[in-house]
Amino acid sequence: MSAKAKRAAWEEKPTVAGQTAKGASIVVIALLILFPLYTIALTSLSSAETVQRVGGLVVWPGDGITFEAYEQMFRNPVVLRSLVVSLAVTAVGTVVSVLVSILGAYSLSKPGSFGHKTVLFSVLMMFVVFPGLIPVYLWVSALGLRDNYLAMILPMAVSAFNVVVLRAFFMSLPQELFDSARIDGAGEFRVLWQIVAPLSKAVIAVVTLFYAVAYWNSWFNAFLYLDDTSKWPLALVLRTYVVESAPLPQASGLSSAPPTLAVKMAIVMVAIVPALVIYPFVQKHFKKGVIIGAVKG
Amino acid sequence: MSTTTIESPAAAAGDAPPRAPQPKAHWLTRLRRDWPLLLMAAPMMLLVWGFWWIPTLGNVVAFQDYKPYTGGILGSRLVGFTHFQLLFSDPEFTRALVNTLSITAFQLVFYFPVPIALALLMHSLVSERLRSMLQSIVYLPYFFSWVLVIAIFQQMLGGAGLLSQTLRGAGFEGVDWMTNPDTFILLVTSQAIWKEAGFGAIIFLAALAAIDPNLYEAAAVDGAGRWRRLWHITLPGIRPVIVLLLILRLGDALNVGFEQFFLQRSAVGSQASEVFDTFVYYSGIRTGDFDYGAAAGLFKGVVGLVLILAANKAAHLLGERGVYSKS
Repeated sequence: MSAKAKRAAWEEKPTVAGQTAKGASIVVIALLILFPLYTIALTSLSSAETVQRVGGLVVWPGDGITFEAYEQMFRNPVVLRSLVVSLAVTAVGTVVSVLVSILGAYSLSKPGSFGHKTVLFSVLMMFVVFPGLIPVYLWVSALGLRDNYLAMILPMAVSAFNVVVLRAFFMSLPQELFDSARIDGAGEFRVLWQIVAPLSKAVIAVVTLFYAVAYWNSWFNAFLYLDDTSKWPLALVLRTYVVESAPLPQASGLSSAPPTLAVKMAIVMVAIVPALVIYPFVQKHFKKGVIIGAVKG
Repeated sequence: MSTTTIESPAAAAGDAPPRAPQPKAHWLTRLRRDWPLLLMAAPMMLLVWGFWWIPTLGNVVAFQDYKPYTGGILGSRLVGFTHFQLLFSDPEFTRALVNTLSITAFQLVFYFPVPIALALLMHSLVSERLRSMLQSIVYLPYFFSWVLVIAIFQQMLGGAGLLSQTLRGAGFEGVDWMTNPDTFILLVTSQAIWKEAGFGAIIFLAALAAIDPNLYEAAAVDGAGRWRRLWHITLPGIRPVIVLLLILRLGDALNVGFEQFFLQRSAVGSQASEVFDTFVYYSGIRTGDFDYGAAAGLFKGVVGLVLILAANKAAHLLGERGVYSKS
């Protein structure tokens, strides 16, 4: 990837007005996205006095940087526990979802096999027929999953979109590959783990990111099924403290009042950071992964 | 054989040769041959049936006088379409319907073109580095949850947010965009653009990349300027994708999202922010009228299904590839 301009010989020379307009739009777009993140990050790194004096978000650096808010946040048992819950749910959920989806998608990539049509139909129909909020709520409650961490994982464990993306990729692998593995005597599981999976790293990375982000961001299932607020994930604490600016309902004796602005912004930062960290590693695969799913879905 | 020949299966994805049809053997033979595949599909099928299709059957409560504690689904009395009749005479339901359709219509005009414009801008950038930097920035908010997006908007545009803070600092009145029902439709559309327009541009970028560059050169040689090339080559080149996504969006007209509205309902009030999905939650779960809420949900599901199938049909009629998946 070179940064060198490669304007074709037949193209007009760019006009000054055009280049200016283009440059201005790029700057504006970038600022609209980055500036809020910048002030939030800066506020989370500012001392309580600075925030008090400014009377809100801190825009100008120069008052020094302190990790005070983060220390306070990590001393807050409510936030700390919700962070652990979120990390655990995201880790367990993502592993389960990715494994189940790879296995299922591989099975779906073999047309003509026994039961193939039934399985494919069960998955594809998920794009057009939805169970609806209330039947799922009644069913998950009836299964006894109230106040169970599994209620945050199982209802969203299989995404039809992700399965279809994986399946499309598996089906695009050359058939000879499977034939030769067959001749060498490899069973389906061996073919999947030793041949297909290593070749599909890019698409598996994208699907893993999608699942991980979905689990990390999810809060509504927790809100519906977890009456015990000590089991709440970070996103739900974020909603209560930052969006609603309310104390946690029925918190177990611990101080649950919403924290100061700097600490709130520190919570926002912690909620953002995983996306920021994983994202660059996976971003380059988006176009490939997403488009294959979109075109061949 | 060596694995080097298949380094880039993605490149071949578009034109992979059709798989040779497997001869239909006796089902018992196929079962004996394919049991590992069935075993692989089993966990997925368990989850899909256990948390999607079995609950779908639970929609029967929409036709029941559902008693959660004494009757349950099996022991409650059937009441036919009573709940649906009530629904259509419920002003709150009508309001949710009107709000949902207004938001869809508004966003078709003000949201839908943004990813296209963004894709055109990014595609026109000659510098590879600048382009990928801009892509990284605009895709990013797609991975933020609605909770985060709304928290961020609150900090910027809310009553105690940065905009008000700055205005007050300059001696003006503060403004609070987050609680104003009159401008709510603008607010949710800006939030949708901020969060999703960048990622939505990916599919148009791919369509733009698929246009044959020779067309541009030939047109330029024939004297077409950059605007005529945009009008006569670029836009026709991505038209199929535009039409397809437009049709899909129409088929999805009753879906404007749930979280975004649920999260802001208490701040803005239900008058402006009640949409289909929040109506189902508040009329069903909040009040415990599960049967009534399920009826609203089922109505939405059935109308949505009809719309999607009709949209797909329309796509076929217009000569586009029909898809049953959102992309």
